[in-house]
Amino acid sequence: MPEASTRTATLKVYRGDREKGEFKTYKVPVEAGMVVLDAIHYIQQNFDPELAVRWNCKAAKCGSCSGEVNGMPSLMCKTRMDKFRPDEEIMVQPIKTFPIIKDLVTDVSWNYEVNKRITPFTPAEDANWTFYQEDIDRVQEFRKCIECFLCQNVCHVLRDHDRKDTFMGPRFMVRTAGLEMHPLDEADRLKFLKEEGHIGYCNITKCCTEVCPEDIHITDNAIIPLKERVVDEFYDPIGKFIRGVLGVDKKKAKK
Amino acid sequence: MSQYEIKEHDVLVIGAGGAGLRAAIEASSLGVNVGLVCKSLLGKAHTVMAEGGVAAALANVDAQDGWQTHFRDTMNGGKMLNNWRMAQLHAQEAPERVKELERWGAVFDRTKDGKILQRAFGGHTWKRLCHVGDRTGLEMIRTLQDRGVHQGIEVYMECTITKLFKDGDRICGAFGYYREDGRYILFKAKAIVLATGGVGKSFTVTSNSWEYTGDGHALAYDTGADLIDMEFVQFHPTGMVWPPGVRGILVTEGVRGEGGILRNSLGERFMFKYLPEATKNDYAANEEEAIKWTNAAVAGEKTDARRPPELSTRDNVARAIYTEVKEGRGSPHGGVFLDISYQDSERVKKKLPSMYHQFKDLADVDITAGPMEVGPTMHYIMGGVRVEADTCMTRVPGLFAAGECSGGMHGANRLGGNSLSDLIVFGQRAGAGAASYVKNLTGHPEIDKGQIEEAIEEMEAPFKRSEGVNPYDVAKELNKVMSTYVGIFREEGDLKTGVAKLEELKEMAKKAKATGSKSYNPGWHLCRDLHNMMICSEAIARSALSRKESRGAHSRLDYPNTEAEWSTCNTAVERSEGGMKLEHTPLPEMPSELKELFKKKEPSHA
Repeated sequence: MPEASTRTATLKVYRGDREKGEFKTYKVPVEAGMVVLDAIHYIQQNFDPELAVRWNCKAAKCGSCSGEVNGMPSLMCKTRMDKFRPDEEIMVQPIKTFPIIKDLVTDVSWNYEVNKRITPFTPAEDANWTFYQEDIDRVQEFRKCIECFLCQNVCHVLRDHDRKDTFMGPRFMVRTAGLEMHPLDEADRLKFLKEEGHIGYCNITKCCTEVCPEDIHITDNAIIPLKERVVDEFYDPIGKFIRGVLGVDKKKAKK
Repeated sequence: MSQYEIKEHDVLVIGAGGAGLRAAIEASSLGVNVGLVCKSLLGKAHTVMAEGGVAAALANVDAQDGWQTHFRDTMNGGKMLNNWRMAQLHAQEAPERVKELERWGAVFDRTKDGKILQRAFGGHTWKRLCHVGDRTGLEMIRTLQDRGVHQGIEVYMECTITKLFKDGDRICGAFGYYREDGRYILFKAKAIVLATGGVGKSFTVTSNSWEYTGDGHALAYDTGADLIDMEFVQFHPTGMVWPPGVRGILVTEGVRGEGGILRNSLGERFMFKYLPEATKNDYAANEEEAIKWTNAAVAGEKTDARRPPELSTRDNVARAIYTEVKEGRGSPHGGVFLDISYQDSERVKKKLPSMYHQFKDLADVDITAGPMEVGPTMHYIMGGVRVEADTCMTRVPGLFAAGECSGGMHGANRLGGNSLSDLIVFGQRAGAGAASYVKNLTGHPEIDKGQIEEAIEEMEAPFKRSEGVNPYDVAKELNKVMSTYVGIFREEGDLKTGVAKLEELKEMAKKAKATGSKSYNPGWHLCRDLHNMMICSEAIARSALSRKESRGAHSRLDYPNTEAEWSTCNTAVERSEGGMKLEHTPLPEMPSELKELFKKKEPSHA
């Protein structure tokens, strides 16, 4: 790794609001190990204190600084400047799926509204709180989510078809999976997934999984198992009849 | 005159990290109407960055643990300057608060017999930190957030409070702005809970985010509350030092809890040299004993070996690293080496996943293959708003504070893991305190129109300055002053210079200028934040100058010893006509039955 550098990078940063905007060009000195968020901060401090960007931890833990860098949806705090060629212009723009507030900041409030509709964790009154690591490994994967909403941003149903009116998006499939697969949860969210979340809209292109900065296997580990449960519940009348006759507790059977 | 929207709540909670969320949940469950204001989006507050764990004497791993030992560790870690009642409540109630998180859906790592797993941490006698890998804070904030949104709490995201109002002595409301478009908002509230976190943005190298500008400290100070123990600033021993862009980012103490070893450039395991006489017997005497402890911890077995010297308290480890570097035994980029690579690489990735990724992605270092370079980073402030322990009420009726912005709980030095537990214990108490205050309130406090006008004028002023300075330049200068003159090691000359320079900077901050529109304008926001940063920085510098001894995180080169005469007082600052007024007020005296706990000192094994 180079110890010092006098290299200058050229950034083209989206400046504007939801009505109009343009890419403004800035020259920023590059230090070793610098990330795109550092470059944005440099611009803010030295050229343009009005430049709007969301950030908090700068360590990929809070999921605030989502953007699209040269078209790639990513966390700006994790995108190293040295991954670009020295002569390469770096285009930085806000995530596309949500309305722009200003510059790199978008209105993600829709996500918070979707979250409210998911039935919260519901343990039995007399639950036994002894449970084992192997019971929770898969739930812990889902709970790594930092709500950067990059998965929502690249989901075709939301990005290209703008079906925010009906589809909850991968983030909330992950959240629902975390609840449904919790060993002590008693609620049933399958009807919700089918009729309100419209899990059927997902055609498993795995774009969400590809951009997840936490490496959550969104499609394979969350969405597909949930889809299977929905199918078992609503499209398998024989299985449903047998379960009914045998009196199998649906919730316990699937855990 | 500018317009503003008006909202009304019984209790307004400012800050939505662990303490604010827990306070809002508690107050709301007691039947009062609650509003929750957060400077960022919900779920992004500083709690999300907490890594190593939450301290609670559940005794799941080390059966000998109990609240008394946790209490004693906390007081010893705080060099006996803690508010004893807060430390007691904290130790007693943390286990219940952690179990409650589990019942609300938090999924902690498990022991082999299916209980919440606990790990070792600096200054804790027993393995006490309940954790989820190294992302415990995320688990906590998400659990509280999901609990809160289903409880009908109204959340105001990306909203910053700039002023609190009183009717006579009593709190009656708050004023602020939305980041999105800069529109103003007036909250009518019968009680307010401050849970705004810390002050790290006053320092150059810090693990803290942009939000940490001491808002709660300053709002309380401006409203007539007093701040105590502000000289006690915690430098976390292990922040990243390389590359420059990541300097200061936290490296969890969990690395040392899992057996991480600190070495200098000579390969020497230097922490053995820096153990204070008073606690030396609690730690391994040599490498052999330390290795035995670590091997047992990794295997989940009991041992009579004592814990490694790297698990000394944070103040001590930070000073040790600073000294090693200063004396020329540092790593290439001005830190020391922290090594966990001698352990099985799959285990390291499982126990410390975000550290693994953080170093791999940001520094090209594989922590399973070689050591990390680490050095001290400003992390936490022990000092804060003085509160009454049981209810968390400040001396201003109706004004409460919890979490990092409150003072007293951690004394002169905080133990790792005691912050997350502080948040939930005193968040709950502040919420209950505020709800109870509201229910017993007679009359209806009203906000004075003139005060609202003043609050608006103050926000408009930066746009009206044709001449003026870039607020980022002022902030940079402030960082330099605090880091240079009020850092880890302090002495009278430096502190006096620091205080003088802060006076100049205060004038400069008044000239900070905003340009452009009010829509999501960080420069404008910083103009206001500087006001808070200045108050906190001045409080830190003046308090540090006044305490003529070394204790915990406060290290004076000119007064290197801990003095008995200083063990009975807190430094307190308050706003007065002539500026910041400082006095030393008596420390509440511990009752004799608690004093007994410090008499019989059995050797600890973990």
